[in-house]
Amino acid sequence: MQNTAIEISGLHKTYENGFQALAGIDLEIKRGEIFALLGPNGAGKTTLISAICGIVQPSAGRILVCGHDNVADYRAARTAIGLVPQELATDAFESVWNTVNFSRGLFGKPRNADYIEELLKRLSLWDKKDEQIRRLSGGMKRRVMIAKALSHEPDILFLDEPTAGVDVELRKSMWAQVRALQETGVTIILTTHYIEEAEEMADRIGVINKGRLVITETKDALIKKMGKRQMVFSLREPLQDIPSDMADYALALADNGNKLVYTYNAHQEDRDISDLLECLREKNIRPKEIESRQSSLEDIFIQMVG
Amino acid sequence: MNYHGIKAIYAFEMGRTLRTIGQSIASPVISTVLYFIVFGSAMGSRIQTMDGVPYGAFIVPGLIMLTVLGQSVSNASFGIYFPRFTGTIYEILSAPLSVIEIVLGYVGAAASKSVIIGTIVLATSAFFVPLHIAHPLWMVFFLIMTSVTFSLMGFIIGIWSDGFEKLQLIPLLIITPLTFLGGSFYSVKMLPPFWYKVSLANPVVYLISGFRWSFYEHGDVNLGTSVTMISAFTVVALGIIAWIFKTGYRLRK
Repeated sequence: MQNTAIEISGLHKTYENGFQALAGIDLEIKRGEIFALLGPNGAGKTTLISAICGIVQPSAGRILVCGHDNVADYRAARTAIGLVPQELATDAFESVWNTVNFSRGLFGKPRNADYIEELLKRLSLWDKKDEQIRRLSGGMKRRVMIAKALSHEPDILFLDEPTAGVDVELRKSMWAQVRALQETGVTIILTTHYIEEAEEMADRIGVINKGRLVITETKDALIKKMGKRQMVFSLREPLQDIPSDMADYALALADNGNKLVYTYNAHQEDRDISDLLECLREKNIRPKEIESRQSSLEDIFIQMVG
Repeated sequence: MNYHGIKAIYAFEMGRTLRTIGQSIASPVISTVLYFIVFGSAMGSRIQTMDGVPYGAFIVPGLIMLTVLGQSVSNASFGIYFPRFTGTIYEILSAPLSVIEIVLGYVGAAASKSVIIGTIVLATSAFFVPLHIAHPLWMVFFLIMTSVTFSLMGFIIGIWSDGFEKLQLIPLLIITPLTFLGGSFYSVKMLPPFWYKVSLANPVVYLISGFRWSFYEHGDVNLGTSVTMISAFTVVALGIIAWIFKTGYRLRK
């Protein structure tokens, strides 16, 4: 069994109109992980996924899916993949049951009514199986798309913006379903521009911007590496200016001098804080309250792509 | 070969036909009846024979061809254009299917539908004129080859179109005139020599001629030419489709 689900090297894509969507992507995704591809609109997330799935022809580069080249050995590569695209594209007049069985057939698998039944039950679609898709709500359609993608029991599932325009409750239940899938051994790659989603779900995060992967890290390492911490001192007496001999610290005044904000990096040593506290005591600056903040992925993200 | 994939597309497309079974059958039957009333009875009574065949019977092969050509092109073009329009094509493109398998599924279904409708038109004709089929196997051959070739062409049109207008454009501007001028209702041999020569540039002439020969052993051109021409069309259509998938034209960005 290969340890790598996806291996991409030197992937470039320039569209016919000259737009360069991917500018040299190298990426390795391990089996069984949840990988979040994070980036602003137009960063190249969907192009990258489409190239892996064979919908977009890359201009250069190589993609291996479970060790199979996705061009030379496209059957094996594509059989391993299930794709839930961003757009809700469904056959409006088909029933849920037919459309999911159709997808399974397309991917070369013989009919398996038991598996499809189990799948539809898992996605709470079983009671809608004979309904025409056009009669379903948006959230249900989204789940039909997921059922179609899982109909052929893929090893790798792509979710392109799975929770765009989905309400909070459904989003939470989708996250739970994705985690349950991961437990069955499926590798999951999701794109999102909701930081919250990546933070909640992902084992590893790749940030993509203007067709390049800016960073690929485990979520915790990313926060540690890039994360800023802030300590906010609410003062008993407002301060006019920061004392000049404290300029070494990244200090700032806020709230008309009632608050002193100290910004530092997460990987900095704790010594600095005790130094700072000592320094404040010497100057007789007395905080009545201390609050500490840690930057979220969102802050990190804005810092990287902004 | 991904047989399950071919079967899935074929069954899906045939299912689409079955959902609209009423209009699928009613429209060719009604138009056939109308043609027989106008050309067979009203005008045909003034025309004794055409190329040695009673006029009512003479137009049967032409009528079937008229319907089969139109149905093939519209079914196949719609079949592949609609998923492109709704976006569901992503699934076909990301599935482990080769070009041949995709074409077998879509074109196979469109051609099957055409053969069924052609047969229905033939059966309807039997109510109006005594039918005589001299070479049933050749008739089936021409019916199937024409359905397949024009479904292939429809498939190409469905990929080339980037709007519903274009989907109608080729059938309206090219297929329908070529069918009417290809000898559906007359023998091109009746034309003045110049227009007869011009007509020979019309590929549909060879289809109708071969098909009519299989009924009455009379054709505008000889059988060998008809068979060669229809085979050539098939090869050309297959070549274009191979090119489309190789370059990803209008399918893969």
